[in-house]
Amino acid sequence: MTSAPAFRLRLISLASCALLLVLWWVATGPAGWVEATRFPDPATFLESLKQIALGNYAGGDLAKHVMTSSWLVARGFALAVVIGIGLGLAMSLSAFCRDFLGPIFNFVRPVPPLAWIPLALLWFGLGDASKLFVMALAASIPLVINTMTGVEQIDRTLLEAARVSGARGFNWLRHVILPGALPHIMIGLRLSLQTSWTVIVAAELLGAIWGVGKVLTAAKDDVYPGMIVVGMATVAVLGIVSSLLLGLAERRMVPWSKR
Amino acid sequence: MKSNAASPRVAQPVPRDPHKPRKAVGMIAADRPPRRWIGALGVASFVLVWHLLALRIDSASTLATPVAVLLAFVSMLHEPFAGSTLGFHLLASLRRFGSGFGLAVLLGIPLGVAMGWFRTLDAAVKPAFDLLRFIAPIAWVPFAVLWFGTGFGGPVLIIFTGAFPACVIGAYGGAKLVDGRLLEAARMLGARSGRILLEVVVPSAMPAIVAALRVAAGNAWQSLVGAELIVATSGLAYIMVRGQMNRTIVIVLVGMLAIGLVGLVLEWLFRHFERYVKRRLGSAAA
Repeated sequence: MTSAPAFRLRLISLASCALLLVLWWVATGPAGWVEATRFPDPATFLESLKQIALGNYAGGDLAKHVMTSSWLVARGFALAVVIGIGLGLAMSLSAFCRDFLGPIFNFVRPVPPLAWIPLALLWFGLGDASKLFVMALAASIPLVINTMTGVEQIDRTLLEAARVSGARGFNWLRHVILPGALPHIMIGLRLSLQTSWTVIVAAELLGAIWGVGKVLTAAKDDVYPGMIVVGMATVAVLGIVSSLLLGLAERRMVPWSKR
Repeated sequence: MKSNAASPRVAQPVPRDPHKPRKAVGMIAADRPPRRWIGALGVASFVLVWHLLALRIDSASTLATPVAVLLAFVSMLHEPFAGSTLGFHLLASLRRFGSGFGLAVLLGIPLGVAMGWFRTLDAAVKPAFDLLRFIAPIAWVPFAVLWFGTGFGGPVLIIFTGAFPACVIGAYGGAKLVDGRLLEAARMLGARSGRILLEVVVPSAMPAIVAALRVAAGNAWQSLVGAELIVATSGLAYIMVRGQMNRTIVIVLVGMLAIGLVGLVLEWLFRHFERYVKRRLGSAAA
């Protein structure tokens, strides 16, 4: 249902996008407000995109860099999901686990994700292992917190009803605790995915053979603004695509949440 | 604190406080009281395992004992490392943090409130903002270096891009949540749009804005770490870079300790500021 004002607002959105593109073209081209060494004009941007998509830059083509980073994120995110949800469930179901691990967790939690990178470089070197280590560690933290919150806010009456109906052991976990905590776990997954991408880009900026972060470093060192924009756009698109995939998964797994 | 009587919202069924009567059931850990001695045991065994591992490995580039880290931390407070003492590096980090975060608040909060209030502006800015939001702050590194150099401006841009989205989104949400009745009352009393914005929308968006400040400060601190790891020659995270290059883990651990501590202090400060503002506005429950 598109009412008249909604239609007008959409028109304004479209117009502002168009205006932005025109402004970009004017500022970098005819008007010359921005030097070409600072920001590329649209034609240069497309040329850089063509160069890396069809040819070669920083040791590979765009597909190679994107696949390298995505595969790393997929593995790191998977590790974080297993560790984060596992630890979160253990700490919300067993009082001993919570009491024992809670203070240790609170000791580790304030360290920002990227601050683990130097440590990981010393322990695992520049390869994939150090990137996976940082992702598994940093991206699991929001999952632990949100899994615990999710379990905590399950309606106690439901828990009692399930228990009275004989839910125990694996069934208890699979059909009562997990579905109850799932809306919050989804929030955790979203944060964790975001952390994974930030970590991978930062880690690749500090050292990598291929990857989107490697493209950014190479473009920075070459003072190549066109390729910098290509790299940033790639990071943004990868973030958008993976969060869309997560949204699809959410709609399948949590059909009752209204988002 | 818990009373909703002052809230002008429509009466809703009172939700049962999940913690009060059901606590004794104890089917999940949250309903059982914490036992502090187990926590102390946990921390003690963590530190002990760390200590024993460090003694066993006995390599300056892999692990240092907790005691060694603490000693190094204390000695770096007065002995210079990487050109200056820990205090100086802390000051450099805080200056960058303050500038980037301050800029994000100054630009982001007004923009967010305005976007929440003027629908036309919202429609015009939203596409560009959404695009910007999806670029990870760390991806700004090349332009930060190219435009502002590695000293002060570059890191500040990265910190700004870390904090800015949270400011806009928080203020936007706050401005959208204004009670319709208050708006109607203000309009009926003849207030014009600008005045409503300043005297109705901004005050009722305040709790959301202050909450957004806390989130933004956290993001800014995280981005600062990334910025200083890659594009800086001073600061707490730069200490870690130097430690990593010299292959001395103690320095890296001291840096992590300092960054974690400052992060905790910042979180504490903003949490208290949030509580203070909410108390002053009289909407502690929200």
